[in-house]
Amino acid sequence: MAEKSFKITADTGIHARPATQLVNKAGQFEADITLTYKEKSVNLKSIMGVMSLGVGQGADVTIKAEGSDADAALAALEEVIKGGLGE
Amino acid sequence: MSETIKGIAASSGIAIAKAFKLENPDFTIERKTSTNVEAEQLKLEKALETSKEELKVIQEKAEKEMGEDKAAIFAAHLLVLSDPELINAVKDKISSDKLNAESAMDDVSSMFISMFESMDNEYMKERAADIRDVSQRVLGHLLGIQTASLAAIDEEVVIIGEDLTPSDTAQLNRNYVKGFATDIGGRTSHSAIMSRSLEIPAVVGTKEATTKIEAGTVVIVDGLDGIVIVDPTEEQVSEYKTKLATFEAQKKEWEKLVAEKTVSEDGQHVELAANIGTPDDLDGVINNGAEGIGLYRTEFIYMGRNELPSEEEQFEAYKTVVERMAGKPVVIRTLDIGGDKELPYLDLPKEMNPFLGYRAIRLCLEEQEIFRTQLRALLRASEYGNLKIMFPMIATIEELRQAKEILNEEKGSLLANGVKVSDSIEVGMMVEIPSTAAMADIFAKEVDFFSIGTNDLIQYTMAADRMNEQVSYLYQPYNPAVLRLINSVITAAHQEGKWAGMCGEMAGDELAIPILLGLGLDEFSMSATSILPARTQIKNLSKQQMQTIAKEALTLATATEVETLVKNKVLK
Repeated sequence: MAEKSFKITADTGIHARPATQLVNKAGQFEADITLTYKEKSVNLKSIMGVMSLGVGQGADVTIKAEGSDADAALAALEEVIKGGLGE
Repeated sequence: MSETIKGIAASSGIAIAKAFKLENPDFTIERKTSTNVEAEQLKLEKALETSKEELKVIQEKAEKEMGEDKAAIFAAHLLVLSDPELINAVKDKISSDKLNAESAMDDVSSMFISMFESMDNEYMKERAADIRDVSQRVLGHLLGIQTASLAAIDEEVVIIGEDLTPSDTAQLNRNYVKGFATDIGGRTSHSAIMSRSLEIPAVVGTKEATTKIEAGTVVIVDGLDGIVIVDPTEEQVSEYKTKLATFEAQKKEWEKLVAEKTVSEDGQHVELAANIGTPDDLDGVINNGAEGIGLYRTEFIYMGRNELPSEEEQFEAYKTVVERMAGKPVVIRTLDIGGDKELPYLDLPKEMNPFLGYRAIRLCLEEQEIFRTQLRALLRASEYGNLKIMFPMIATIEELRQAKEILNEEKGSLLANGVKVSDSIEVGMMVEIPSTAAMADIFAKEVDFFSIGTNDLIQYTMAADRMNEQVSYLYQPYNPAVLRLINSVITAAHQEGKWAGMCGEMAGDELAIPILLGLGLDEFSMSATSILPARTQIKNLSKQQMQTIAKEALTLATATEVETLVKNKVLK
C-alpha cells in the first residue's frame, strides 16, 4: 500500500478540469485508489466521487493506493498534482 | 399545409432549411422488472458505448471550433460515462433488483443529481446539470430517443426552440445553422443580439414556433419581416428565393461603402462603430466597414466557464482586438455582470430585482481583485492600439472617481514595474442610469467621453422591464422623455469638449438615426450588420435639416408623434 498527503494550492481547488486530469490518470492503473478529504474517502477513479468532495484551495488531501502497481500510481498522481494543483 | 407564424424580426436575412427542434424529449420511463438480467446489462453497455462515441465527436468538434478551453467540459462528461461508482451502482440495481436498464440508470443518476443539487456551493449545484446532461444522453439511447445536440449538427438546419441560452449559442455551428426562431424574447434579448453578431437570420418572440413546427419540416425564417413559414408551398419557396436574392443584391450595394467614412449629405462626419462580445466577432466588424468598436462587452470572457479568466488570458483577448482594429478606436467596457448575466463561480446571492441590484461597477468596486485584474490586462493591452476604457452602470460621481482612482493605482504600479502602458488612454462611462443623464454636465468634467446605453437607459427611465411582455409597450426608444435625456447628455459632453456616443440598439435604428444625427451624436455603435445600411442612410441625410427635425421631436408629447414626424418628414 502506498499513501501520501498533499496541499492543494490551485486557486480553484479540484474543480472539473483538475478532477478530470486526476481521474483520467488514476484510471490507467490496476490499483484501488482513494482520495481522502475531511475524513471522507472516495474512489479516485470516480469523477463524481472526486467532485462531490468539493475540495477547495488550501485543502489537505490524502491519496491511498492499494494493489500491484500502487507505487507507480501514486507517483503518477503526484506528478499531476505538482503540475499545477498543489504541493 | 403551409402556415405563417408572426414574430419579431431579430436579425436580417432569410433562411430556408429543415427544422431542428431544440427541446427536452419526453423521458417517461416505464418502470418494470426484467428477468433477463444479461440482456439488460448488454443494453446498458451498448447505450454507454454509443454515448461515448457521440461525446467524443462533440468534443473533437468543440476543440476545433471553440478551442480546447470550451471543449474541456466534454472530457469531464466522458469520465461520467465510465465512472465506476455510477456504472457499478446501475449494474447492481439491474442484477439485484431485476430492474430494466432505463429505470436503474434513472434511479442512480437521479440520486447523484440530487446529491450535487443539495450542495451549498453554487459551482457544485451547476454540476448537477452536467450529470443530467450526460445521463439524459444515455437514457435517450436506452429508450431509443434521439437526444438533440447543437454541437453535433452536420446538415443545414434552422433551429426552433423556446429560447436559446448563451451556452446554446456558443455551440452553434455557423456553417450548418442557417437561422433560428424562438417562442420568447424581443429584439434586445440575448438570443437576438447573438443572432445579429453571428449574422444568422432570426425571428424571436413567435410564442408558438415550438408547438406548430415539427422536427424535419421545411421552414422559412424571414428575419427581415419577422415571420416564419412552416412547410412552405413551392411558390412561397421561389418567392423567398427571389426575396433573398434582392436582399443579397442590396447588401452588395451597401458593401460599396465598406471602405468609406460616414459622411452626411452636407459633409458632416460621424463615426459608425460596432458592438462586439468576443474577438471572434472581428471578421464581421471588418467586413462591415466599422470605423471603430464602440462597445466590447468583456463579460463573455467570464461566462461559460468554471473559474475567473486570468490576467494573461484577458490581455491576449484585448490585445487581439486592438491590434486587429489597427489604430481605430476600441472602447472596452469593464465587467458588466449581474442582472440577467450570472457567473456560477462567483456565488452571487439571488436578488428580487437583479437589474436594480448588485451588478457591474457596483460589484467591481466591491470585488476589487476581479476589477484590478481586468484593469491590468486592459492597461497592458493599451500599448497595442487605440484602447479606451469605459465603466458600466455608474450612478454617482463617487463611483466614477473611485473606479478612476483604482485604474490610476494599477497604472502606477505597472509603470513602476517597468511595464509599458499607453499615456493617451481615454476613460469614459456608460450613461444608462437616469441619475447620470440628469447630472451629465457634472460628469462631463471628469470623463473623456460618454456612451449612452439605451437598452438600459430606456428601461430605467420608463421603469419597464424590456423582457416582460406585459409592459414591453413601455419600452419606448422614441419617447420624448428618452430623447430629452439623450439631448442633455450630448449637449453636456460638447460643452466640455468631450464626445458622446451611443451603444444601445437604438443607435442602429433607421427611425432613430435622423434624430440622433440632429442631436449631434458623435459616435453610433451598433451590431456590425447594421453599419452599412446606416452609412447608406446617413449619406442621404442633411445634418442641418435633421437638427430642425430633432428640435421639433423634443417638443412632442408622445413616442408615436415622434415616429410619425420621422416617417413623414424623413423616410419619405
